[in-house]
Amino acid sequence: MSLKLEEIESLIKKAIPDAEIQIEDLAGDENHYSATIKSKVFTGKSKIEQHKLIYKALGGKMGNELHALALNTIEG
Amino acid sequence: MNETIKKKIDDLIETNEICLFMKGTPEVPQCGFSLAVSNVLKHLKVDFKGINVLEDNEIREGIKEYSDWPTIPQLYVKKKFVGGCDIVKEMFEKGELQKILNTN
Repeated sequence: MSLKLEEIESLIKKAIPDAEIQIEDLAGDENHYSATIKSKVFTGKSKIEQHKLIYKALGGKMGNELHALALNTIEG
Repeated sequence: MNETIKKKIDDLIETNEICLFMKGTPEVPQCGFSLAVSNVLKHLKVDFKGINVLEDNEIREGIKEYSDWPTIPQLYVKKKFVGGCDIVKEMFEKGELQKILNTN
């Protein structure tokens, strides 16, 4: 159960090309990350919808390969 | 999803105005994110029902599909899905959580 930081970044970028992404590996274990993501696609959407877009981008990995990803989404 | 599990979750959400699906219990949370949300609710001194998903794998997997949300904890207030840990914390900091919980 782990996912590389670069892989998370590339999955998000693939789904949301304009995303500005900052990811931090909180525990150094490739399993607990914190990400700040800024994109125009978040504009006008609720926080739940914004976070769902990220989960969708990760294609089912969230909660499986990836245990913890604290999210902060910002409307671009 | 399985009707029995859906009914079980429906019942929990309907019976408990503030319902937190979490890992562990409010007294002994088993995960940092569940601990964080539980602590926010305790800090606001609201009565809430903690559902320990570690004791019921059907609910653990069912709630993810029910809410279309891949992680635990999940907070429901008045039958409405509020969000996971990040959203709850952010709403608390902005005072929005207090509004939906009527604690202002």
